[in-house]
Amino acid sequence: MRENTINHLRELEAESIYVIREVVAQFEKPVMLFSGGKDSIVMFHLSRKAFWPAKIPFPMLHIDTGHNFQETLDYRDNLMNESGTKLIVAYVQDSIDNGRVVEETGVNASRNVLQTVTLLDALEEMKIDVAMGGGRRDEEKARAKERFFSHRDEFGQWDPKNQRPELWNIFNGKKHMGEHFRVFPISNWTEMDVWQYIYMEDIPMPCIYFTHKRKVFNRDGVWLAWAPFMQLKENEEVIVEDVRCRTIGDITCTGLTLSKAITLEEIIQEVATTRITERGGRWDDKRSEAAMEDRKKEGYF
Amino acid sequence: MSISNAGYLNMELLRFTTAGSVDDGKSTLIGRLLYDSKAIFEDQMEAIERASERTGDEEVNLALLTDGLRAEREQGITIDVAYRYFATPKRKFIIADTPGHIQYTRNMVTGASTANVAVILVDARNGVIEQTVRHAYIASLLQIPHIIVCVNKMDLVHFSEEVFENIQRQFKKYSAKLEVKDVRFVPISAKYGDNVVKRSENTGWYDGPTLMYLLENIHISSDLNHTHQRLPVQYVIRPQSDKLPDYRGYAGRIASGVFRPGDRVKVLPSGITTSIRSIDTYKAELDIAFAPQSVTVQLNDDLDISRGDMIVGEHKAPEMGREIDMMICWLSEKPMINRGKYAFRHTTNDMKCVIADVKYKVDINTLDKNYEDKNIGLNEIGRIIVKTTRPLFYDSYRINRITGSVILVDEATNNTVGAGMII
Ligand SMILES: Nc1nc2c(ncn2[C@@H]2O[C@H](COP(=O)(O)OP(=O)(O)O)[C@@H](O)[C@H]2O)c(=O)[nH]1
Repeated sequence: MRENTINHLRELEAESIYVIREVVAQFEKPVMLFSGGKDSIVMFHLSRKAFWPAKIPFPMLHIDTGHNFQETLDYRDNLMNESGTKLIVAYVQDSIDNGRVVEETGVNASRNVLQTVTLLDALEEMKIDVAMGGGRRDEEKARAKERFFSHRDEFGQWDPKNQRPELWNIFNGKKHMGEHFRVFPISNWTEMDVWQYIYMEDIPMPCIYFTHKRKVFNRDGVWLAWAPFMQLKENEEVIVEDVRCRTIGDITCTGLTLSKAITLEEIIQEVATTRITERGGRWDDKRSEAAMEDRKKEGYF
Repeated sequence: MSISNAGYLNMELLRFTTAGSVDDGKSTLIGRLLYDSKAIFEDQMEAIERASERTGDEEVNLALLTDGLRAEREQGITIDVAYRYFATPKRKFIIADTPGHIQYTRNMVTGASTANVAVILVDARNGVIEQTVRHAYIASLLQIPHIIVCVNKMDLVHFSEEVFENIQRQFKKYSAKLEVKDVRFVPISAKYGDNVVKRSENTGWYDGPTLMYLLENIHISSDLNHTHQRLPVQYVIRPQSDKLPDYRGYAGRIASGVFRPGDRVKVLPSGITTSIRSIDTYKAELDIAFAPQSVTVQLNDDLDISRGDMIVGEHKAPEMGREIDMMICWLSEKPMINRGKYAFRHTTNDMKCVIADVKYKVDINTLDKNYEDKNIGLNEIGRIIVKTTRPLFYDSYRINRITGSVILVDEATNNTVGAGMII
């Protein structure tokens, strides 16, 4: 490369750090959503870089569905301790117990949809005016038009018709009382960029991103992890396979990839040759074609 | 590290915007680029195959990949800029896909604001039309450094060299009036792929590059301004910890210029000079930093500096003033109010302004200046003077897209209503 140029990852990094700093400068009570997924791990890393040598000046918020991979929780707790970052956990179980939401039943039951209520309640209770999330525009059609700074009304809803134009790198976070923002610092990253960046920066990852043996079953072409609370359909059978996670969410709807990848290089190779989108492996998006768009309007990320 | 991985880490980022009138083939072209660069996944492909079958298309309709927009258009609701991504071994691309219809000047301006390249589509059968002129004008107004005019649907004009040459001539006639430095022309068929990624056998008379070759090779690194040192202070980092009780770092994204430790710099608006002690990033100090990096700078003197200030080179300082002459593109349904007050945002600096004068309005289809009609409404562009509540330090947009750009915000709704480019 020529002198005075930076590669695409460094440029994405610079943009994301700029956005994260902008959030802290423009808002009073920011949080960053942390799920333990690779996108939130990258966002965490970027936040660290943005404020170094100071600590990250906002807490992480984890919406805990109760259906976790234990490995993710261990990783999360380690990271927060080691970096001295404050962690807030909001439990979907609490929303169920206090009657804010009703648990889904049946074989496809998932708590992913319920998360929205837990999230919005948590934001309101803590008087949060901006929540940063790891959404990327390449993930899904409904996200392609999303802004870096996404305006939400008092009910946390996203109105696609009422979003502000974003020009250059001037972000307008002005708002009325009670309104808030969702901000997506890694909007312009693709899955490939995320993995390459993890590789370039040598960021430690939870072990379940790499190949491991796990009890799994196949539902309509998607490999899902077996857990005691999962209901199987008649024709489904639990077997042990070499798998890794491509993205991590609630265990009930996180699709796994059959894989033998043990290094980041191998994962990058796999991503480069994979012919299925990341969300194609997410059961919750498959449930309805317009699933994502609907959930966004309700206030999910 | 395997060789292919090393390659991934050496890619440049190129942002481009696409503009074309309805049905010029923009969706098909984007679909083609994504498809031929293998950015389309199986599940997406299956979805469009299914949809193509449903609509009775014989071939897979690549335009369906950007379906979201099309559906919106049919419903007549606000169309927006959609961002799409693909990569080749050389570059990562970000497409700001903006619909071409007349009321979407606002979106085109938005998409153009960060673009290195504008791809403008022309239907070979129609030639240069009003919309084409408008697209070229916006590209030049927003100072997109490179324009690629794709003459599309060449298959429908028998790949005629004459048609292509004519369109080239027509376009140049208009672009001569504009500030565009670098314009290229490519004869393509988005539908069949001619000269998009692969060279076409149907255009033997054309010895220029394919669209993809241009996108991969257009020289963009020298588009950045490396001469005027500008660092708008975004945030002050003060750990106030036992280990670092006195650390004060000025965080920001370099707008232009090259910074090195030891450089003499001036802090605006105070005008006090000092020098750079260090340029810090996570766990490492840099001996050189430049746009568009995000850095943290320590200075050798203890000064009172806060967000909105700017660290600049001792020489080649920006201009300073309260009366700002600029082009404005209006983004809101509520027209601009002459003598109206707006919140004003320039780099990381917030203030207020009043619209002091409207000099003229531009007819974006003919490029004529209208000195009579001074009402600037949605999607209109004009030249105005604003007065700011505090002195502004700025550059002409022509030499600096970051320190020369401004947004106006409606104080009642908090909406972004105007995009300004300082003359
Ligand atoms: N023959 C031919 N048809 C094309 C070409 N590119 C696009 N089309 C057709 O033109 C129509 C409009 O294309 P579309 O991509 O939807 O246009 P958009 O409105 O600019 O996005 C569709 O029927 C396409 O199949 C081309 O290169 N040759």
